[in-house]
Amino acid sequence: MLEIKNLHAGIEDKGILKGINLKVNAGEVHAIMGPNGSGKSTLSEVVAGNESFEVTEGDVILDNESVLELSPDERAHKGVFMSFQYPVEIPGVSTTNFMKTAINEKRKANGMEELPAKDMLKMIREKSALLEMDRKFLSRSLNEGFSGGEKKRNEIFQMAMLEPKLAILDETDSGLDIDALKIVANGVNKLKSEDNAVIVITHYQRLLDYIVPDFVHVLYDGKIVKSGGKELAHELEEKGYDWVKNL
Amino acid sequence: MNKYTEDDLKKELETQEYEYGFYTDIESDTFPKGLNEDIVRAISKKKNEPEWMTEWRLDAFKIWKEMEEPDWANVNYPKPNFQEIAYYSAPKSVDPNKTLDDVDPDLLAMYKKLGISVDEQKKMNNIAMDIVVDSVSVATTFKETLAEKGILFMPISEAIQEHPELVKKYMGTIVPKTDNFYAVLNSAVFTDGSFCYIPKGVKCPMELSTYFRINEGGTGQFERTLLIADEGSYVSYLEGCTAPARDENQLHAAVVELIAMDDAEIKYSTVQNWFPGDKDGKGGVFNFVTKRGICHNNSKISWTQVETGSAVTWKYPSCILKGDNSVGEFYSIAVTNNFQQADTGTKMIHLGKNTKSTIISKGISAGKSQNSYRGLVQIGARAENARNFSQCDSLLMGNKCGAHTFPYIESKNKSAQIEHEATTSKIGEDQLFYCNQRGIDTEKAIALIVNGFSKDVLNKLPMEFAVEAQKLLEISLEGSVG
Repeated sequence: MLEIKNLHAGIEDKGILKGINLKVNAGEVHAIMGPNGSGKSTLSEVVAGNESFEVTEGDVILDNESVLELSPDERAHKGVFMSFQYPVEIPGVSTTNFMKTAINEKRKANGMEELPAKDMLKMIREKSALLEMDRKFLSRSLNEGFSGGEKKRNEIFQMAMLEPKLAILDETDSGLDIDALKIVANGVNKLKSEDNAVIVITHYQRLLDYIVPDFVHVLYDGKIVKSGGKELAHELEEKGYDWVKNL
Repeated sequence: MNKYTEDDLKKELETQEYEYGFYTDIESDTFPKGLNEDIVRAISKKKNEPEWMTEWRLDAFKIWKEMEEPDWANVNYPKPNFQEIAYYSAPKSVDPNKTLDDVDPDLLAMYKKLGISVDEQKKMNNIAMDIVVDSVSVATTFKETLAEKGILFMPISEAIQEHPELVKKYMGTIVPKTDNFYAVLNSAVFTDGSFCYIPKGVKCPMELSTYFRINEGGTGQFERTLLIADEGSYVSYLEGCTAPARDENQLHAAVVELIAMDDAEIKYSTVQNWFPGDKDGKGGVFNFVTKRGICHNNSKISWTQVETGSAVTWKYPSCILKGDNSVGEFYSIAVTNNFQQADTGTKMIHLGKNTKSTIISKGISAGKSQNSYRGLVQIGARAENARNFSQCDSLLMGNKCGAHTFPYIESKNKSAQIEHEATTSKIGEDQLFYCNQRGIDTEKAIALIVNGFSKDVLNKLPMEFAVEAQKLLEISLEGSVG
């Protein structure tokens, strides 16, 4: 589904990603771990198409097609979703309204009619129940005055609503207490299917107890220095990131 | 107004050839541009006005001649040459019994573009409307329906003829003919506008609405609106403005006076979309407007404005809260893009006891524009327990625009409670990327963010127009983030 080939990217002449290779198939969960500054967030932003970063070499291929020339919204229409590490606030725009716009824009881009209000409402009910969210939240301004945990839960709610093909969760666990973490992980697990894939980016192994990855990759200084199964996460937790620096 | 058939008007409007018309009072070889006593007399004569009105205008003109154009506002523009403006321009003539079906289709298309279609309004059947093209009112609808309730809604030129006692009693009492440079100029040369009187205890059953349009080049539009809500009455009034794109600057200097008698309520909404000038700042309307209302006991005046047009806007819809327990409100969205400049806000003058005012101002600046909020909250010595709440928010797009806030607070009474909140924010790259990532393109994302920012004010507009105003905001900001 997703293939990242020799990806080099950076910001203002500063190279951050220095040759990433990664292949993700439908139905798989990949975890990307690494110390601060290793390029984890940059990787997710580049795949999502953030134009602040410049791709200098390599390619990002989704469903056999390079997406590098596509804008972030076009990539979203193709089913790329990113859960933000720091979700932004949009005052005066309710989560419901925001989701309605997003879903209909995506449908429009894919040649579909707008989702009838009745169906939208039904979907909102289902998905908010899945994440054990108080629906009052949904009529409040997007992320405004939300706690860190509420913001993250809202990200996964949006993921549930948009039903992406490829979901990238950028440090979704940061700012979550253990109960919220379980709810969020449970939500992600329920959304998992044979047709979609999830990339979990995290600093800690903790989240991976709940969202169990098929593959774990260790990112260090812009390169994947080690890949393995879920046991690699435990090894990392034990030995610490200093271990990978010497790999 | 001279006699004229419908066919004549139709033909006239089709060909769009409006004639500047001065007849016998001015020498035939004089091009009707410029301003002097004869022009003022000519306008008055053209309108077939009674002597007192002519004298009133001449008085104003004398005062105006001694005045200087103010320059304290945070705007920069070449001062208009008042001798280069034609002060009267009209479709050759107008039949006051005209219906909307006879109005120029292009003109209607223009309103439609603004998002307020006359057809729709006719269908909705709850909006009475007066259209002012250049200087003359061309169509007033629902006059009869309104008349049944005793409501008077007509061009002010007609009111001067038919209800001189009301006009004489109220005109100039809120904005006196000595008021400010542009208001005084208006007093001398105003050509038309709307007049409205709601009798005691009557709730006006429909929105009253006026559309102003400057059509001819090199003309000024000076309309005057006088709205009187008698004791215990209610009215909601909406005005919209458009002008075609032109290279030169056009002058618009209007005066609006509102009178809310005891227990009356007036809701006055404006959607202003005068031509803002092109991308390089060429052309556009100079919009210098004086709007003021007086509130008697237990009454309320609520100003709502969506200002997206004009090259330069200078406008402070104000409330004089004279009566005890009276309420003044000001809700404003001002959008500036490209080289537009807006200096707008309000004055809340608290004179009565327990008077309350609320100010919500949302300024959105894009391009190289400058957007200023200027507001005065004044609490008089006798205004026990007066309260004001002001909130001024600015939203910036890009790095080349400016937002400014000039709040003035003067309190002469210790029991007053005054609150002022202000914020400035910027549409961030991070917000846009967030929206993009969810599949919302940048243009749509801006519209979403701006609408969210403006929501508190949009909600105050009459329902039918809130959606249209939203669209207008989107159009105004199109292409503002590159």
